[in-house]
Amino acid sequence: MNPLLSVSHVSKTFRLGNHEIRAVDDVSFDVAEGECLAIVGESGSGKSTIANMVLGIYPPSDGTLTYRGAELPARRDLSHRRAIQLVQQNPLSSLNPKRSIGASLRLPLDVHKIGAAGDRRDRIGALLEEVGLPDDFAGRSPAALSGGQRQRVAIARALACESELVVLDEPTSALDVLVQARILKLLQQLRAQRSLTYIFITHDLAVVRNIADRVAVFEKGKLVELDTPQRLFAEPSAEYTRSLISAVPVVGNDEVRLREQLAGIDHG
Amino acid sequence: MSVATLDIRDLYLSFRGYVGTVEVLHGISLHIDRGERVALVGESGSGKSVTARIVLGLLQELRSAHVSGELLFEGTDLTTLSAAARHDLRGTKMSMIFQDPTSSLNPVYTIATQFHEVQKRALPTLGAAESRAMAAKMLGDVSITEPDRVLDSYPFQLSGGMNQRVMIAMALANEPSLLIADEPGTALDVTVQAQTLTLMHDLVAEHETSVLFISHNLGVVREFADRVYVIYKGRIVEKGRTQALFGNPGHPYTRALMAAVPKITGGGVADVEEASEAFAEPMVDHDRQAVA
Repeated sequence: MNPLLSVSHVSKTFRLGNHEIRAVDDVSFDVAEGECLAIVGESGSGKSTIANMVLGIYPPSDGTLTYRGAELPARRDLSHRRAIQLVQQNPLSSLNPKRSIGASLRLPLDVHKIGAAGDRRDRIGALLEEVGLPDDFAGRSPAALSGGQRQRVAIARALACESELVVLDEPTSALDVLVQARILKLLQQLRAQRSLTYIFITHDLAVVRNIADRVAVFEKGKLVELDTPQRLFAEPSAEYTRSLISAVPVVGNDEVRLREQLAGIDHG
Repeated sequence: MSVATLDIRDLYLSFRGYVGTVEVLHGISLHIDRGERVALVGESGSGKSVTARIVLGLLQELRSAHVSGELLFEGTDLTTLSAAARHDLRGTKMSMIFQDPTSSLNPVYTIATQFHEVQKRALPTLGAAESRAMAAKMLGDVSITEPDRVLDSYPFQLSGGMNQRVMIAMALANEPSLLIADEPGTALDVTVQAQTLTLMHDLVAEHETSVLFISHNLGVVREFADRVYVIYKGRIVEKGRTQALFGNPGHPYTRALMAAVPKITGGGVADVEEASEAFAEPMVDHDRQAVA
């Protein structure tokens, strides 16, 4: 089966004065249709640069991106912009504070001419319901919503234009643990219902362990490891992966034992 | 036994607004012994950050806030102190580290200038040269290898992790007896957060500083605290030593909080209830259970 997205020998170099920064260095991986691929790494590992290239915010310096068998152009047409959508970390800055929730959700419907103009209102109501919000939220402004509710709106907006691939850039890092669990649950449900494909960017390996089908570990612009979370946590081959796992704060005694095992400490 | 660094008894807080009075804290009690690291854990809106602001005396200055209860700091009743006396305590005897280090440092002054300002709170006559030497040493204590470069930098020229370490050094500069840390490191990477917490843990242990650690993540708390208080909707629902509480969480809300933290052993994403009647169950006190 052909992959949905294919990233092949992609590099990205940024120029700062006389300085050259290689943010992404010869990276190749595939994303299968319907899978959740997690991209993990510290700040500066190049994970957001990858996301921006997938979204077409800037083109790669080298290499190609292929979507459904066709190369993605540097300047995307409307159909690609509809198919690949983004949910950002901070919904307070990604939602326009002067626009009502309904207006924010209406914009992608208008741009991509989805459904008849007359039933936009019903569609907005249905979208809100799908992410677990009452439909009278359409009249509210982002400031009147809590962090978790705003993130639900950002997810609804990414789904509004019937997207296929959603890039989730740290969607739960700014939320508290209870809200995070609810949003992760919602994302899982939506993926199953709508047959979505996710690229999930995060620095939290514990989140990855529970939602991803495969994990790509990035260090300093390079892809150092790509495997299922089960195998990655059982036998991380890269030292870097091991250090990322051991940094995760844990609550359970069994988790403490797993972490110690990975660190190579034997407590009998 | 020596006198507790902080002893809060029956603290109530309400806000008067257009829609009437909103009760935020319903009589919470909490104490921190000298050199002890105590965590206050709960979700957004549970009242954990307002508790910290009351200890610092910041909320009492708001006209809409009504605070009652006893607040003993090293034996002195804070509620009887004048506003000026409270002001003298802040930055000297008690200090605070905020969640986002980059926005709590002033962007238009260098780190050296800001460090000097902090030190002058305790030593008003301190000169710039002496301040710089002391600051460099303290930055060394937080594992900053090039203190001179950092001192001449503006906050936006440093990484988030570096700014957080600068904040920790500044907060400990005047040897406070109480350090309040409000979700330090939540804005940072997991690896940087882990390093920052270890560093802070070692420093406060060395200086015998008492810490009130505020967080929503029980995982982070397990690594850092000696004792834990779990707060839900303005009430303490469970308290106890870290080992006892994590070994045998008694309150339904504590168990929900623990379930919500994603596990590195897998098991999928937990189902978290919005609110449950069980969350209103009476407090579970691990210390009392141990006695009985």
